[in-house]
Amino acid sequence: MFLQQLINGLTLGSVYALIALGYTMVYGILELINFAHGEIYMIGAYLGIIFLGFFTAVGLTAYSVPLALAITLLLTVIVCSFYGFTMEKIAYKPLRSAPKLSPLISAIGVSIFLQNYVMITQGATDKVFPAITGDAGFTMLSTRVTFLQASIIVVSAVIMGLLQAFIKKTKIGKAMRAVAQDKSMASLVGINTDTIISITFIIGSGLAAIAGMMVSTYYGLVNYFIGYSAGIKAFTAAVLGGIGNIPGAMVGGILLGLIESLGSAYISSEYKDAYAFIILIIILLVRPAGLLGKASEEKI
Amino acid sequence: MTASLLRSGIIALWSALLFLPFKGLQASAVLFAVVLLFVPAFTVSASIISPFFKKAGVGLERISRMMPTDRRYLFLLLLPALTVPFVAQNYIIDVAVLAGIYIILALGLNVVVGFTGLLNLGFVAYYAIGAYSFALLNTKLGLGFWTAMPASVIITTAAGFLFAAPALRLRGDYLALVTLGFGEIVRITLNNWDSFTNGPNGIGGIAAPTVFSLSLNTLSTFYYLVLFFVLLTIIVMMRIQRSKVGRAWEAIREDEIAASAMGIQTIRYKLYSVSFGAFWAGIAGCLFAAKMRFISPESFTFMESVLILSMVILGGLGSIGGVIAGAIILVVLPEVLREVQLYRMLALGAGIVLIMIFRPQGLFGGKGASPRN
Repeated sequence: MFLQQLINGLTLGSVYALIALGYTMVYGILELINFAHGEIYMIGAYLGIIFLGFFTAVGLTAYSVPLALAITLLLTVIVCSFYGFTMEKIAYKPLRSAPKLSPLISAIGVSIFLQNYVMITQGATDKVFPAITGDAGFTMLSTRVTFLQASIIVVSAVIMGLLQAFIKKTKIGKAMRAVAQDKSMASLVGINTDTIISITFIIGSGLAAIAGMMVSTYYGLVNYFIGYSAGIKAFTAAVLGGIGNIPGAMVGGILLGLIESLGSAYISSEYKDAYAFIILIIILLVRPAGLLGKASEEKI
Repeated sequence: MTASLLRSGIIALWSALLFLPFKGLQASAVLFAVVLLFVPAFTVSASIISPFFKKAGVGLERISRMMPTDRRYLFLLLLPALTVPFVAQNYIIDVAVLAGIYIILALGLNVVVGFTGLLNLGFVAYYAIGAYSFALLNTKLGLGFWTAMPASVIITTAAGFLFAAPALRLRGDYLALVTLGFGEIVRITLNNWDSFTNGPNGIGGIAAPTVFSLSLNTLSTFYYLVLFFVLLTIIVMMRIQRSKVGRAWEAIREDEIAASAMGIQTIRYKLYSVSFGAFWAGIAGCLFAAKMRFISPESFTFMESVLILSMVILGGLGSIGGVIAGAIILVVLPEVLREVQLYRMLALGAGIVLIMIFRPQGLFGGKGASPRN
């Protein structure tokens, strides 16, 4: 029972961690809580269903399920990163020098817009993800792990590893860290900050798309308002680990997934959605810098 | 010329591409054509229209400057407000009552966000606490309107105070997120605490308010009750804005560090601000419960917080007249746009973004009321 909940929590937590990375990267660079990030995740979940439906219709799924899933994932990531890129250009870029609350309010507007955009174009009812993965799995230490759960955990771990390497080793990653430290100084040494910000949004949206696609395969159901609660939970995960801190987001996401699944198993499942908020409030009050974050001095 | 054509072509292609997976080839082609025509048309018309817009902006600012200082306008507005129940149908009075409740709410939130500059994304929590305290006191203890209301307003204010005391150490967007979390926790609790709040089924059978043993059970008498509270709110807000407390709030909004250097106890005044905002949310909650005679957690979602915040932003942060106008617009507009109800929230979302980009001080907010860095 406990191990089973642990596996469920780990699966959920890896998804939260992927979304949390988008929040934390954008916050690290712009100090903006990208409230609409959850909607990108929701769009990713929808696109997964749409593209997979298309490939099933043209017969690719019958030919090879993994191939169809891989192409679907690729297309979902591409389209979602387009959405993220466009969102930044329209709603946040004009507000670079505005008061700090303006971009946050603008982000709330984007979030409402995207939710209703999907509701209008795709309908308000639940969408069903085609059950093509089945529930085959293996038993380990008397705990049942489906292949889907295992692949969600593995894929997330690999992607997080790649991202960490990208940030640490590549030139763009270095530029991203420089912009996060000091935007005007970075532009003085020849870094095009606008490009870096765009890249950040593209990467973050791509990660959210992967998370969305994986969740819709896992739960099998998608609707237009899943982005709000997933977004809030992922943000909580980012704050829990220390916002702006990339390993922090991973740790925070997995911790939150575990807390949620163990909490609903052992305390009360009715308050499942409240746990994230309670943790968010406690963390912000007790240790606003998060578990792995460093407390920053207030700039005057 | 070719450059601008190319530009609109790229924009059109891009939007069609984003739209394609959601609505298919045909609709995307239509969108492509519309955007292709719209972008050049917009660029041309913008150059013609923009002087008019500027003039309109100056006009709006002039109106907003007159509004708070010249109180005679208040009495001019009062006359049509008094005659509404005599000339209008029930449907319109109903909308007016709703607008009144939202004016009180929006003015309450305006204290926190507009005057003091603390973003609150969970304001609906206080509204919910006010409404539920009233409903429970009324249905379980049998208290009448005039005893249940002060009691629930005290409960709401206390809740605001107790919650704000630890949270106010945070700043900016962190505070916003904590308030959001608070709002959600209140809603989830109301939804799940079946034995006390009756869960998702809500509480019904709330008694109508009475004045001198006269029951205000008709719509028009209730309208006057709401009107009374709206006027009370407006008068108190005008007085407090020009008071020592109001100026301290404004100083905190403009620059918290400078304000505390000038000897303002920022934490204390922020506490006043949040509790005072919660006070009015409590009143609005009581009125809402007394009007609907039935409340359920469904009325107190995050979207409601966003709606109230939109009223404040649309009208103009910190401007009392503007916030009233914002509340009226956002209550009346959905009623007018009933046929295109589906697109209402879409337009609201886009509208919030556009206002932030083009008129961050709100429709009627003057320069002085804009929040600065």
